[in-house]
Amino acid sequence: MSDTYAKLVGAPGPAQQLAKKLGLPRPARLRRTDPTSVDRPLTPGPVLVLSDDASTADADTVAEGLLAWDLDVHRDARLPDHARWGAVVLVLTELPHPAALSAPAMQLGSVLRSLAPGARVVSLSRRAPGPDATTNLAPAVAAARAGVDGFVRSVAKELRNGATANGVVLADDVDVRAPSVRGALRFFLSARSAFVDGQLLAVVSGAGSEPADWARPLTGVAAVVTGAARGIGAEVVRVLARDGAHVLGVDVPAAGESLTSVMNEVHGVALQLDITAEDAAARILDVARSRYGHLDVVVHNAGILRDKLLANMSAEKFDDLTAVNVTAPLRMNETFARPGVLGSASTAPRVISLASTSGIAGNRGQTNYANAKAGLIGMTRALAGSLTDAGGTVNAVAPGFIETEMTASVPPVPRQVMRWASSLQQGGRPVDVAEAIAFLASPQAGGIDGQVLRVCGQLQTGQ
Amino acid sequence: MTSAPTPQTPAKRAAIVGANRIPFGKAGSAYAGASNKDMLTAALEGLVARFGLAGERLDEVAAGAVVKHSRDFNLTRETVLGSSLDHHTPAYDVQRACGTGLEAIVGVANKIALGQAQVGVGGGVDSASDAPVVVSERLRKALLRASRAKTLPDRLKAFAAIRPRDLAPVAPDVAEPRTGLSMGEHQALTTARWGITREAQDALALASHTNLAAAYERGFFDDLMTPYRRLTRDESLRADTSMEKLAKLKPVFGARTATPEGPAATMTAGNSTPLSDGASVVLLSSDEWATQRGLPVLAHVVDAQAAAVDFVAGEEGLLMGGAYAIPALLDRTGMRLEDFDYVEIHEAFAATVLATVAALEDEDFGRTRLGRDGAVGTIDRSRLNVTGSSLAAGHPFAATGGRIVGTLAKLLHERDESEVRPGSPARGLISVCAAGGQVVTMILEAA
Repeated sequence: MSDTYAKLVGAPGPAQQLAKKLGLPRPARLRRTDPTSVDRPLTPGPVLVLSDDASTADADTVAEGLLAWDLDVHRDARLPDHARWGAVVLVLTELPHPAALSAPAMQLGSVLRSLAPGARVVSLSRRAPGPDATTNLAPAVAAARAGVDGFVRSVAKELRNGATANGVVLADDVDVRAPSVRGALRFFLSARSAFVDGQLLAVVSGAGSEPADWARPLTGVAAVVTGAARGIGAEVVRVLARDGAHVLGVDVPAAGESLTSVMNEVHGVALQLDITAEDAAARILDVARSRYGHLDVVVHNAGILRDKLLANMSAEKFDDLTAVNVTAPLRMNETFARPGVLGSASTAPRVISLASTSGIAGNRGQTNYANAKAGLIGMTRALAGSLTDAGGTVNAVAPGFIETEMTASVPPVPRQVMRWASSLQQGGRPVDVAEAIAFLASPQAGGIDGQVLRVCGQLQTGQ
Repeated sequence: MTSAPTPQTPAKRAAIVGANRIPFGKAGSAYAGASNKDMLTAALEGLVARFGLAGERLDEVAAGAVVKHSRDFNLTRETVLGSSLDHHTPAYDVQRACGTGLEAIVGVANKIALGQAQVGVGGGVDSASDAPVVVSERLRKALLRASRAKTLPDRLKAFAAIRPRDLAPVAPDVAEPRTGLSMGEHQALTTARWGITREAQDALALASHTNLAAAYERGFFDDLMTPYRRLTRDESLRADTSMEKLAKLKPVFGARTATPEGPAATMTAGNSTPLSDGASVVLLSSDEWATQRGLPVLAHVVDAQAAAVDFVAGEEGLLMGGAYAIPALLDRTGMRLEDFDYVEIHEAFAATVLATVAALEDEDFGRTRLGRDGAVGTIDRSRLNVTGSSLAAGHPFAATGGRIVGTLAKLLHERDESEVRPGSPARGLISVCAAGGQVVTMILEAA
C-alpha cells in the first residue's frame, strides 16, 4: 500500500540524486493534519492577499477575516529575507475583463519561488455561465470569470513541494463573508486539503454557519458512514470523530471484526448490516435516533470493485457492483433525502457520496464501476436543493488514486503510472478523502450544494 | 429433589439489552492459536462496539471458563483491562462447569435486580484447543520440592528424584472424577434407561443443523455475532446434513456400558455435541439505564434456578438436572411448561434433550421423583431449540449460556406477544446441564 519509490526519492541520498538527474518525479511529502494539533498552524507561513483593482474592497474584507484566525496577513508582496509565504489568496470577485488578471497574476508569479513547502494558492472568483445557462453577463465579465478557472488549474500544475492551487467560486449573490466562502477558503488553506489540487469549488448560497470551534466543527453532529470497516470508510469515521461527531459505522456482518476495532477506537457504534437490504436506511435511522436522538450526516462510502474488460464482463459482476455502489445509495436516499428526516434544531442534514475520478474520466476495465460512480454524481446533482429548507446539502467527493487495500490490487506498473499522473506525483491517502468529507459535513459548508469535490492531487484525467 | 425457596418480594427485573458472541470453532481448527482471553476479549469488544460502550465504566463483568490455565486466575478482569471499556470496570470469574456462562448471567442479573449494579456483562469462554496440559503428579511434587530447597545439593536431590516416565504430560480428561465414566458414557446410561432411539436422536441433530442454518440465512445472527479469525459462521454447522448421513455414523458412546441383553449403543459423533472453542457475552442493565442510553430492551430475566442430582450412586442420570430444576422454577413462578413460546434445552447430547423432555412428560417420573400428581407438563417440539443449539453450533462449555440467552432474548423480542398466552408477553425457558450432575435454568420474558 505504500509508495516505495516516493519514500526512496523523498529522503536525501543517491536515489534522490539519481531521480533528479534523470528528471524523474520527486513527489513531496504533503502537509497533513496532526490529530493532536488540528489546524495549528493553519498555514506554514504568512498569508499574502492579492486582488485586481476592482476587487480591492472584497480583498480587504477577506484579509480582515483571515486576521480573525490569527494569521499573519500581508497585502504587500515584500517579505523579510529567507521568509516563505504560507499562502497566497487571490481575490478576483469583481474581475471585469481577462486583461485585468495581469497585475495580480504577475504579483503571484513573483512570489511563487518563495512559497513554503505545502503552501497554498487560493482564488476567490465568481461563477461563469455554465454550458446550458442563459446569462445577462457582459461577455468580457463572463470571459474574465471563466479565465480564472484555466489560470488556477495551470498554476496548480506549476507548483512544487506539496503546494496546491484551488479556487472558491461564488454565486452572484454570495458575499465574500458568507460562511461557506470562509469555510472553503479555510479548508483550502489548511492541511486538511493536502491532496485537493487544481479544483474550483462552487459556493451556491450564503447558507451555513461558522462553527463555535473551528477545530471541532462537528460537535453534536451524528453521522453514519457505510463501508466503515476498512480503507477510506474507516478513515472517514476517524476524521468525523476527530472533528467532534458521534459516528455510527456500518459494514457487512462478515467485516464485523475490523468494524469493531474501528468503532471502539473512536467510541462509536458498530452496525453490522448489508446496505443492499430493503430496510437498511430505516434500520440505520432507528439506531441513530435511539442513541443520539437524531441523524445528521450520511456518508455513502460502501463500494466494491469487480473489474473486467466489458468483453469479459459477466452480468453477475456488473449487477453485484451496481447493487452495492449505486442502487443501495439511491434506495437509502429515498429515506434520508426526504425533508425532515435528517438534522435537528442545532444540526443540519448532509448527504455525501463517494464518487470517483473513474466516474468522471472513465477507466479501462471499470465500465461497471464508472457507471455506478458517475451515477452517484448524477444522483447528487438531482438532489441539489432538496434539503435547502432544513439548511441541508447533498454533495459528492471524487477520489483519484488513493493508497488502500483496494488499489493495492492494481498491478505495480499501472499503479506507479496512476501515482505519477497527478500534479502531486503520488497517490493520496484515505485521510485526504476523509478530510474533504468532514469539511462538506461541517456547518461552514452549508452553502455548498450539489457539488463534486475531487480529491485527486490534480489527476491529469477528466474535467 | 429440589425444594423451591419461598420467593421474596420480587426485586426489579434485569433487562437483557443485547448479546454478542464469536462464531464457535471446532477444536484444533480456526481458533487453535487463540487463548481464552483472546476469545473473550473478541466477544466483549464486539458487544462494546455494538452498543457504543467504549470508554464507559460498567458496574460488573462476570464470566468464566471451565477449562482454565492457572495463569488465567483473573481471566475476566484481565479481559476487561484488554478491552475498550473503562479500566475502572470491576470483574470477577465464575465457574459452574457447563453452567458457567448462565450462572455468570444470573449473578449479574441478580445484582441489577437488587440495585447493586445498573449495568453489567455476563458470559463465558472455553477452548478445547488451548487446554492446559498437566504434568505428572510425581514431576509436580519434585518441582515444588526443588523450589522450596534452600541449598544447591537439596535442589539437585529434588531433581534427581524425577524419572523419565514422569515427564510424560497428563492429557486433559473429560471423565467425571467420581465415576471415571466420560460424560458420553454417563449419558448413554440415561439414554438406555429412557429408551431414546437412535432415530429420535438423529432427527433432533438434523433439526439443530437445519434450524441454525435457516437462522443464519435470515440474518438472525447479524446483531448477535462478531466474526473472528476469518470465521463468520459456526464451524460445526452442517447445513447439508441429512438423516441418511447421520445414520451412517458409528456409535461412539454406550459400548462400554452396554450389556448383551440391553439396547445397542445409539450415540454417535453426529448426535453428540462436538468439542469447540468460542466465547459469548450478554449485556444486562436496569430498565432506567437502557432508557437513558436509548437502547431497546429485548427481554427481562424473570427467575433462575440451579439444581443437582446424585448421579454417583446411580440414583439419577448425570445430565438429568433439568428435570428437577425446571419444575422447581415453574412452581415458584406459578407457570406451566405449556406457557412458554420457546424452550431452549442445551444439546449436550441429543439424548440429553430427549431424556429431559421425556422425564418432564412422564407421569411416573412426576409422581415418584418429584412428588407431584402427575407429569410436569408437555413441551411442544416446534417450540424447542428453534434456531438450533449446541449440536450444530458447537459447545465451548462456558460460552453456551451466553449463546442461548442472547438467542432466546432476540427470539422473544421478535415474537413480542405470546402465541400460547395471547395478550401477554412471550416467555422462554432455558436449561443448561453441567458436569457434577448440575443444571442451571432461567426464565426470560419479552420486554
